[in-house]
Amino acid sequence: MTEYNFAYLDEQTKRMIRRAILKGLAIPGYQVPFASREMPMPYGWGTGGVQVSAAVLTPQDRFKVIDQGADDTTNAVSIRAFFQRTAGVATTTSTGDATVIQTRHRIPEDTLSEGQILVYQVPIPEPLRFLEPRESETRKMHSLQEYGLMHVKLYEDISRHGHIATSYAYPVKVEGRYVMDPSPIPKFDNPKLGDMAAIQLFGAGREQRIYALPPYTQVVSLDFEDHPFEASKADHPCGMCAATDSYLDELIVDDAGGRMFVCSDTDYCEARQAAGHKGKDAA
Amino acid sequence: MYVAVKGGERAIENAHAWLAEERRGDTGIAELSIPQIREQLSLAVNRVMAEGSLYDPDLAALAIKQARGDLIEAIFLIRAYRTTLPRFGASKPVDTGAMACDRRISATFKDLPGGQVLGPTFDYTHRLLDFKLAADGEVPAAPSRDADMGEVPHVTEFLNREGLIEEAPKEDTTPPDLTREPMEMPADRALRLQALTRADEGFTLGLAYSTQRGYGRNHAFVGELRIGTVPVEMDIPELGFAIEIGEVTLTECETVNQFTGSKTKPPQFTRGYGLVFGQTERKAISMALVDRALRWEELGEDNVGAPAQDAEFVLYHADNMQATGFLEHIKLPHYVDFQSELELLRKLRREAGADQLQEAAE
Repeated sequence: MTEYNFAYLDEQTKRMIRRAILKGLAIPGYQVPFASREMPMPYGWGTGGVQVSAAVLTPQDRFKVIDQGADDTTNAVSIRAFFQRTAGVATTTSTGDATVIQTRHRIPEDTLSEGQILVYQVPIPEPLRFLEPRESETRKMHSLQEYGLMHVKLYEDISRHGHIATSYAYPVKVEGRYVMDPSPIPKFDNPKLGDMAAIQLFGAGREQRIYALPPYTQVVSLDFEDHPFEASKADHPCGMCAATDSYLDELIVDDAGGRMFVCSDTDYCEARQAAGHKGKDAA
Repeated sequence: MYVAVKGGERAIENAHAWLAEERRGDTGIAELSIPQIREQLSLAVNRVMAEGSLYDPDLAALAIKQARGDLIEAIFLIRAYRTTLPRFGASKPVDTGAMACDRRISATFKDLPGGQVLGPTFDYTHRLLDFKLAADGEVPAAPSRDADMGEVPHVTEFLNREGLIEEAPKEDTTPPDLTREPMEMPADRALRLQALTRADEGFTLGLAYSTQRGYGRNHAFVGELRIGTVPVEMDIPELGFAIEIGEVTLTECETVNQFTGSKTKPPQFTRGYGLVFGQTERKAISMALVDRALRWEELGEDNVGAPAQDAEFVLYHADNMQATGFLEHIKLPHYVDFQSELELLRKLRREAGADQLQEAAE
């Protein structure tokens, strides 16, 4: 496709986005406003991640896209095809082989390494949004490190339910400073955010925000001493590859409500199956 | 037996092929041409240009055709195309006072210099389905005469001369550009107007209507509504002077609103302003009412908590691209978040059930 610049966006726009990314990396967890562009896919469908990927991709990159952990969900397919067309970059489904991974709602099971970039699609970047709808207020709260409201919310959860009733998009504190929304990843993935070797970039297109975690950043999930954070997953092994350490999707397999559990990370599951691991539901 | 879902790529391709077929509809019926849409569905074209923020009737018509008549989808196509266009520069501000008006009405003065010109309006048509159109759309030519070439001054200028309406001082600073800078609050009036002119027509109409029903009432008179063409001029660096590069049709609405006054200032009418691409008068009037409602603070009015007074609420929710994208994204898979909610809920229910059993035992 020659009508468009490499990776779709023009160089000025990419430079603007790169500056926002660099600022984000310099102030981990801080939401940097950026002049998000209208993309040829709808807002809310990964435009933030797509713009960040467009700004960091080089012709030598190998690009992987996952949605809900899977490479073959429709929107992942669509975004991968977009960059194949507009950037002509090599694509892969292998976590280890990818240099840039765009993700929605998951962190891959395999440990990422230095030199890799993980790009998150973010719907609502503001962790305080559902406590305070006004952007002008929440920005003030961040600058004053006024996070009491968030702790009250978590406390109220405990008093009402006995547990913190947040299971995804679980808020974290970055380097003891900014409270950050990790995007709607399950809280199972939260421990992977901290001390990660790869660069983590977060793009929210509609909300016009970019934020970042440089490698080996301290990221702590908010909790209380007597109610420590707990990463949770379905208490089953994967039906296909028998993994006990991966996040699982629950599938309904018959009319009688029969269920099976299978890795949400398709690459992880397939690699394990290829290595001879076999779950109870595998053929 | 579970087989991992594959073939998303093929499913997408097939869906697109089906969509293209549905768009075309029955091939026994003649296909719509772009000029037909441009000429005969011109108000749809105007809306797409206004909310797409791109003045190009042919592209808007193409977008409407491609979007199967879904105007928000058409606006999306235009916006996505617009972002890829290089920017050569900015035009000089257009002079709406020099507009060649097709329509110009004032609800505040029975007669005035330049006169009342109804123009091509639906007003006063009886909304009776015209079954003749179903058979034969040909119409006799409308009567015409040469246009008066006289001045058509803005109505608010007359009021201004007497000091009856607030001044609208000339501003020469470059306004912010919401398509190039992230929108940040508080937004000044130039930025608010920019957001409103491309805002969703339905949303703007609803907000404007809410002010009329008391949610931030500002009692608006349509001081003037004018529709017509204005020349667009641009400075060409190589030439060293401005030349006319084309003309655009605009709809401008100036409202005259309830007055304010203070100890230092005698009472004066206030202003609301709407300016929109194309013949789009419902939108322009709505825009003027919402603009006026958003000005409560600078005019020293009370914030009564009305939605139309809340700039953050209005500006963050008025863009139909943002709204429709985020709304429709909930169609995307959410297996992972839903799974984590399932587990949490099961856990909470298990514990609640256990507690109840325990209580019963005690």
